[in-house]
Amino acid sequence: MAQTFQTTLGSRHYRFRSLAELMAKATPARSGDRLAGVIAESAEERVVAQMVLADLPLTTFLNEALVPYEQDEITRLIIDDHDAEAFAPIRHLTVGDFRNWLLSDQATSEALSDVRSGITPEMAAAVSKLMRNQDLILVGKKCRVVTAFRNTIGLPGRLSTRLQPNHPTDDVTGIAASILDGLLYGSGDAVIGINPATDNVAQSVKLMRLMDDVIQKYQIPTQSCVLTHVTNTLEAIEQDAPVDLVFQSVGGTEATNRSFGFDLSILAEAEAAAQSLNRGTVGRNVMYFETGQGSALSADAHHGLDQQTCEARAYAVARKFNPLLVNTVVGFIGPEYLFDGKEITRAGLEDHFCGKLLGVPMGCDVCYTNHAEADQNDMDNLLTLLGVAGCNFVMGIPGSDDIMLNYQTTSFHDALYARRVLRLKAAPEFERWLTEMQIFQDVKTHQLNDQLPAAFANSLRHLPKEPRHDV
Amino acid sequence: MTSNKPIVVENPWERLRAFTDARIGLGRAGVSLPTGKLLEFQLAHAQAQDAVHCPLDVEALAQQLQEAFALEHEPLRLHSQVEDRAMYLQRPDFGRRLNDDSRERLEAVASQSRVDLAVVVVDGLSALAVQQNSQPFLKALYQQFEQDSAEWQLAPLTIVEQGRVAIGDEIGALLNADAVLVMIGERPGLSSPDSLGLYMTWAPEPGLKDDRRNCISNVRPAGLQMDEAARRLFLLLKEARQKKLSGVKLKDRSEDNVLEGDSAAPGSTQNFLVSD
Repeated sequence: MAQTFQTTLGSRHYRFRSLAELMAKATPARSGDRLAGVIAESAEERVVAQMVLADLPLTTFLNEALVPYEQDEITRLIIDDHDAEAFAPIRHLTVGDFRNWLLSDQATSEALSDVRSGITPEMAAAVSKLMRNQDLILVGKKCRVVTAFRNTIGLPGRLSTRLQPNHPTDDVTGIAASILDGLLYGSGDAVIGINPATDNVAQSVKLMRLMDDVIQKYQIPTQSCVLTHVTNTLEAIEQDAPVDLVFQSVGGTEATNRSFGFDLSILAEAEAAAQSLNRGTVGRNVMYFETGQGSALSADAHHGLDQQTCEARAYAVARKFNPLLVNTVVGFIGPEYLFDGKEITRAGLEDHFCGKLLGVPMGCDVCYTNHAEADQNDMDNLLTLLGVAGCNFVMGIPGSDDIMLNYQTTSFHDALYARRVLRLKAAPEFERWLTEMQIFQDVKTHQLNDQLPAAFANSLRHLPKEPRHDV
Repeated sequence: MTSNKPIVVENPWERLRAFTDARIGLGRAGVSLPTGKLLEFQLAHAQAQDAVHCPLDVEALAQQLQEAFALEHEPLRLHSQVEDRAMYLQRPDFGRRLNDDSRERLEAVASQSRVDLAVVVVDGLSALAVQQNSQPFLKALYQQFEQDSAEWQLAPLTIVEQGRVAIGDEIGALLNADAVLVMIGERPGLSSPDSLGLYMTWAPEPGLKDDRRNCISNVRPAGLQMDEAARRLFLLLKEARQKKLSGVKLKDRSEDNVLEGDSAAPGSTQNFLVSD
C-alpha cells in the first residue's frame, strides 16, 4: 500500500504523494525530469525531498515497487532475484545511513562486492541522489567489477577503450583505416565495436567478418562487436558468423525494452547462443549493453519515474546477463534530457556509480551532440573524473568525431591523455600486445613509437592507389 | 634543452584520409592534438552549432518542389506546436504534434479514400539537410514509383516546421495514408551538417513508438546516395505493404545492395589491413 512522505520545514509543510514523486523531486535538476513534469518545483523542495529520502529505511524499496510487479518484468527480476542474505549487513540502514556506510572505511572493495546482490537499483538510485560528485567518485572507485573474454577488463589501475571505427556507408577500407589509426594509438582493448549504418543482417555479418579477419591476422587479444539489434545477431549466429559479443541497448522498464523490440527471454537466448560458440579465451562474458538516462521517457515508458531511477533499473537487466561491457551513452540523447555540460557530467558520474555498486562492468561514452550546451572542455572534465573514479572503459574514435552517428565522443588522443595523467594502463593482455607489436616505445610511460611498426608498415603497402568514392 | 626531433609527430598513414572522412592520422604533440588539428575541430563544432539554429526557408523549398515535380498545388506548409528553437530543443513533445491551424488545414484537404503513402518533409535539427536533399531524394523516389508495376496513390506533399519524426504519425493518419515517410534533417555532425534521415511507418497514428519505424540515415551527397537510399526505402515500403507492418518485425533484407558503393570488391571484406 502506498504511503505518503511528509515533513515540515519552518512554517512550510511538504508532502510527497508517492515514493516515485519523492525520488524524482530529490533528484539533482535536469531537463528530462522537467520535460516529464516530475522535477522539484523549487531548490528548497529538492533538498527537503532529499532529507525525507535520507530518513527512509532501505527496506522500503523491497516493500514498495516503483513500477507495479504485475505489469513489469524488470520489477519482477529485481524482486525475485533479490538476495536477502547479502542484504543482511545493510538491512537496518536508512538511505542516509547507507551513504555514510558506503563512504566509511567498513565499505572495502570486498564488503561492497559482498552486499552487491542485496542492493536493488532503486536503493542505488536513492542513495546517489544524496551524494555529491566526489562521493560518487570515491565509492565508484572502491567498487570493482572485473570481466573477461579475450582479455581482462576492469582491473584496478586500468582504463580500457572501445575502438569505434564507424563509417557512414560501412565502407570496408574506410573502417579499416579507422581501426588502424586506433590500434596505432593503443585503442581497442575493451572491444572493436562498429555501429552499422543500416540495420541489416547481411551487412552486420560482413562487418563481423572484417573485424574477425583483423583480430586473427594481428593476433590481437581483444573482441569484436557489431552494434545491431539482438535479433539480428541471433540470425548472424545461425548463419555461422564470427560473433564475439552480442549487443543490445537496454532500458529500465519492460515497456522501454518492448519499444526497443526485445524482452528478457530474448537476451537469455542471445547469451546462451553466443556462449555456445566458445570464442572467448580467458573468460565467458559475451554481452555488451548500452544504456542512457532519458530512454524510458523517450519511449513514453517511464511510469512517472525520474530518468535516473529508470536508468539504474536498466542495470538490473544488464547484470542478469553477465556482460563483458556496459556503458551509458550519457550525452547522446540530447538537451531535452541532459541540457548542458553540468547535467551531463553529473549523470555520467551517477551512472558509473550506480552501475558499479550493482556489479555492472561500467564504462561511459563521454559524449555530447551539437544541439547540446556542451563542448570539448566539458568532455575533458568528465573523462578525467571518470578516470579517477575507476571507470572500466571509455570510447575511442578518430579525432572525437563520429562521422556515422553525428556526435562527439572521446578520441584515441583523449584516452592516452587520461592514462598519462592518471597513470592508468590498458588491459594486461592488450598492453603486452602493444609492446610486442612495437606500437609503444615504452608502454609504462605511454611513449608511442615515432616509427610505423613493421607489421603495419607492410599492410600500408597494400593500399589501393585510388579510392573509389569521392570525399 | 632542445633536440633535433620534431615537436609534432606526423602519422605516415595520414594518406588513408582519402578513404574516409574520419579524423585519422592527425599526428600528435606528445599524446595530444597538434594545434592546427585542434583549431580545425573547434571551427567545425562552431559551424555545426550554428547550423542547429538556422531556420528552414520553407517558402523557397515549397516553390522548388512544386516546380521540380510540376505539382498542381504547392506542398502544404504545416507547423508543430513549438514556438521557437529554444522550445524545440527542450520540448520534443510539442514538436510531435501539429498546431491547431495546421490540423484544420490538413483535414480540409484529406482524401476520403485511402492513399498508399504520405510523404512528409520535416526540418528537424538540420534545415540545411532538408533544403539541399529533399528535391534530389524525391526525384529518385518518384522514379521508383514510376518503374513499379503496381499503382501507388500518394497523399499531398507536406512540409513541417519545428517538427520531430513522430509528427508524421498524426499527418499520415489525417491524410488517410496506409504508410508515412518522414524525411527529416538529422542532428548535424561535425563532418555532415547536411544529413537527411528517412523514417517509414506502416499504419501511422498518433502515439506510435519507435519500434514501429524503419530508418535509413545519412542520406546526403557524401553519404548514402539518393538513388540507393530511394531503392532501399522503396523495398522496405513494398515489403511493408505486403506484410502490413513496419519496424523491427520488418527487417531490412536488401542484401544484394550492402556492398554497393564500397571500395572492396562485391562480397569481399578484403582491405589493406588483411591483405597478404
